[in-house]
Amino acid sequence: MTTKVVKKEDAVVRFAGDSGDGMQLSGTLFSDTSALDGNDIATFPDYPAEIRAPHNTIAGVSGFQVHIGKTIYSSGDKADVLVCMNPASLKSNLKWAIKGATIIVDADTFTEDAIKKAGYETNPLDSDEFLGYNIVKAPITTLTLEAVKDVFSDRKSAIRCRNMFALGMIFFIFGKQTTHADEYLQTKFKNKPEVIEANKKVIRAGYNYCENVDIQETPLQRLSVDTADMPKGKYRNITGNIATAWGLLAAAEKAHLNLFLGSYPITPATDIMVELAKRKSLGARVFQAEDEIAGICSAIGASFAGSLACTSTSGPGLSLKSEALGLAVMTELPLVVIDVQRGGPSTGMPTKTEQADLNQALFGRNGEAPCIIIAPSTSANCFYWAFEAAKLALETMTPVIFLSDAYLGNGSQLFRIPKMSDFPTIHPPFATPNDPEYQPYRRDPKTLVRQWAIPGMDGLRHRIGGLEKTDGKGEVSTDNLNHEKMVTYRKEKIDRLAERLPLQEVYGDEDSELLVIGWGGTHGALKTAVNELRQEGKKIAYTHFNYICPLPKNTGDILKKYKKIVVCELNMGQFVNYLRMNFQGTMFYQYNKVQGLPFEVSELKEEFNKLMNKGE
Amino acid sequence: MIERSNVALTKADFASNQMVKWCPGCGDHAILAAVHNVFPKINYKKEDYCIVSGIGCSSRFPYYVNSYGFHGIHGRPAAIATGVKIANPKLSVWITTGDGDSTAIGGNHFMHLIRRNMDVNLIMFNNRIYGLTKGQYSPTTKQGQVTKTSPFGVIDYQLNPGELVLGVRGTFFARAIDSQSASLQTVCERMAAHDGCAVVEVLQNCMIFNNGTHADVTDKELREDRQLWVEHGKPMIFGKNRDKGLVMIGRSLKVVKIGEGITEKDILVHDETTEDTGIHHMLAQMRPPEYPMVFGVIRAVKKPTYNQMFQEQEEEQKLHGSVRNVDELLNSGETWEIK
Repeated sequence: MTTKVVKKEDAVVRFAGDSGDGMQLSGTLFSDTSALDGNDIATFPDYPAEIRAPHNTIAGVSGFQVHIGKTIYSSGDKADVLVCMNPASLKSNLKWAIKGATIIVDADTFTEDAIKKAGYETNPLDSDEFLGYNIVKAPITTLTLEAVKDVFSDRKSAIRCRNMFALGMIFFIFGKQTTHADEYLQTKFKNKPEVIEANKKVIRAGYNYCENVDIQETPLQRLSVDTADMPKGKYRNITGNIATAWGLLAAAEKAHLNLFLGSYPITPATDIMVELAKRKSLGARVFQAEDEIAGICSAIGASFAGSLACTSTSGPGLSLKSEALGLAVMTELPLVVIDVQRGGPSTGMPTKTEQADLNQALFGRNGEAPCIIIAPSTSANCFYWAFEAAKLALETMTPVIFLSDAYLGNGSQLFRIPKMSDFPTIHPPFATPNDPEYQPYRRDPKTLVRQWAIPGMDGLRHRIGGLEKTDGKGEVSTDNLNHEKMVTYRKEKIDRLAERLPLQEVYGDEDSELLVIGWGGTHGALKTAVNELRQEGKKIAYTHFNYICPLPKNTGDILKKYKKIVVCELNMGQFVNYLRMNFQGTMFYQYNKVQGLPFEVSELKEEFNKLMNKGE
Repeated sequence: MIERSNVALTKADFASNQMVKWCPGCGDHAILAAVHNVFPKINYKKEDYCIVSGIGCSSRFPYYVNSYGFHGIHGRPAAIATGVKIANPKLSVWITTGDGDSTAIGGNHFMHLIRRNMDVNLIMFNNRIYGLTKGQYSPTTKQGQVTKTSPFGVIDYQLNPGELVLGVRGTFFARAIDSQSASLQTVCERMAAHDGCAVVEVLQNCMIFNNGTHADVTDKELREDRQLWVEHGKPMIFGKNRDKGLVMIGRSLKVVKIGEGITEKDILVHDETTEDTGIHHMLAQMRPPEYPMVFGVIRAVKKPTYNQMFQEQEEEQKLHGSVRNVDELLNSGETWEIK
């Protein structure tokens, strides 16, 4: 009997299991294989804050979602294929599957105990709940043990290969080769030949099982997903956090400076520090500080001493850094502060995404203390925006806050590898040694940027610090008019930057009924939703902000062109209120979500349709 | 290595044009004078000195020395200086801080700076009070003392900065007194010569808010009997008549009188270089009236500095690391071509 193959423009696969079941690895191997096969991809891991929560509980479920297809902007709403390695993962992930999804479960794990722990009364596989789904009850544990019985004598090692069985099944469904996974295993476990052998066998066992299921039971639906129509070039897969780290390294190279990162581990930003710690060969100097405050303060010291200085953190860490950030504003030193936002307030939801640190970034300091704020909008473009953040910090002598989030940071995407020769050189405003005219707060009359004189430079000894200083000379001053002047300079310096920034672009027609506004990490879902509505013939336009402070200078002009505007963000309305503050009189609708989850395309489309149909 | 100046420097090379705004008679003036004398003596290139401070009277220090200077925020000079030194190990980095700045709000950074053996010099101005905020007790204020925020007497137990330094196995700890300038200067020279984190606690008198807090050891009448100035390799002898010394009995130090059956040979010889913090700890703890207070270099131990080890790793990676530039980084690992 021939297998039915359904063609699709895109498909979403979600791997779910106990943390420790290896779902992240299965997901990564599937997404990399798809990318190598020519699909566009985006991934998003959904994992708990606990490293190993109790076995078989909902708290311990770890997921990894992969979206593949022709043109992919986000990790997708709901899964076409869901893999559940135990009852708890089925219980917590069923809501992430489309109606009619193929659901692969490890039937061996549905023991009475595990079923109870997951919160089911009776075996859900026997219930009506799954009518309308294509449920595949595979004895994954048994077949995995069987497949490796010649390799491993102990059950524990054998059981660890279950994730590869699931991967083999997914390979079958999507018609993918096992070559990449095999190669990965060869490299990863090169000193453990038995692990390589066992895992390869299990992948094949999973693949073969599906072929046999086809013969024995209802045919398994196979999917053929369109390949991407990508521009020519060399590609790789990259997460937002790695892209951020590399963007900073790129900026350091283009500025001919050492990169300094002073940081303290915090979810979900830690991977940036982990990545940069490896890069001593590129002159990256990573200092793991004793706390968040020491992280930023060491970075300020390094900046004073002439490095491209950065600190990476998440929301609670940004709170701790507030006072020191004000010091960087006052001393007018370049500094990049990376905030990979997570659910707040307080410890909140460390592994979940949110965009609720915008107010903190805009206003969270004592005194008048403006910073430049930049927000990347895809995992891959974290590279470009981190480069831009560093460039602006260095060339404007101002701290820049980079608002990434857990979705971008942990998610991954295809990344077309750029060439460093295509990037501009960065020119920090260094002072000239022995310049008799040098003054710490002498400014470029046009940009209001002060010069950077670095300890060790001849003839430029000077003192700066947190106390207000006289204009020019930089001596301690409590003169009232001087203070007002300096406050104004620090603000003006950032306002005037807007003149030099690219204009904000709008996607879609000028006569659209609705303008959708987003910023930061929500780009994927917003772009997909707007695209789909436009394909359905709707008049809808979209603009996405990466420059948050200052705003592009044509922002006001754009807002004037549209009758209805909706601002969508993963918070209670922080960006929309910032726009209201800056563009009084403009009427904004807002669409907000604070569930620790990214937007879904379907909810956005529904909301936009509702707004477009709404009378004036 | 920090570059030496190719011309002889003098005090004038570090004179600041700023008006010194400490109260007349404040101990801080003496510390400033010592640094002004020591910098030209060390004779590094004058642009290679960098002074970092926190908040408090001590922390106005950078404004009064013509060097690169950074006046930070409360409690954080250790963290700021760490960044300066890692970014440019060729700078001679000095921290001026106080008992409040480094043992209260900045205790965490102070402790870790020392634990890491960061190659910087830290002078702690210990006046046992918050002076700039006009007289609240600090962690080093004596228990029982009445201050603005302890109207019924301080109930906090007093902190001894030296014990904190030794507790994290600091490689250099010395103590000096503001009013005894020659020895203060010697100690500062020793600290500058030390490779690693050097901490000097200066007993400093705040005329306005804590006058006489150190008088039990600094008073002219008492001081010879209450100050024990230690020197490496020499017996620990003190007293007006140089007739008192320290011996080890059991597991404790005891003060004995030379003469009554005890000779100079019986007196314990100071070893500042021993890695074991035991005796250094005992010395740092001693307080009058039972014991003299110990001054001079209590501990000076050779250990690789954070900065040396940091540089070694960096040099090794630059020589042998597989990735030499960002293009190579971008193309490393799994990549593929779309044609």
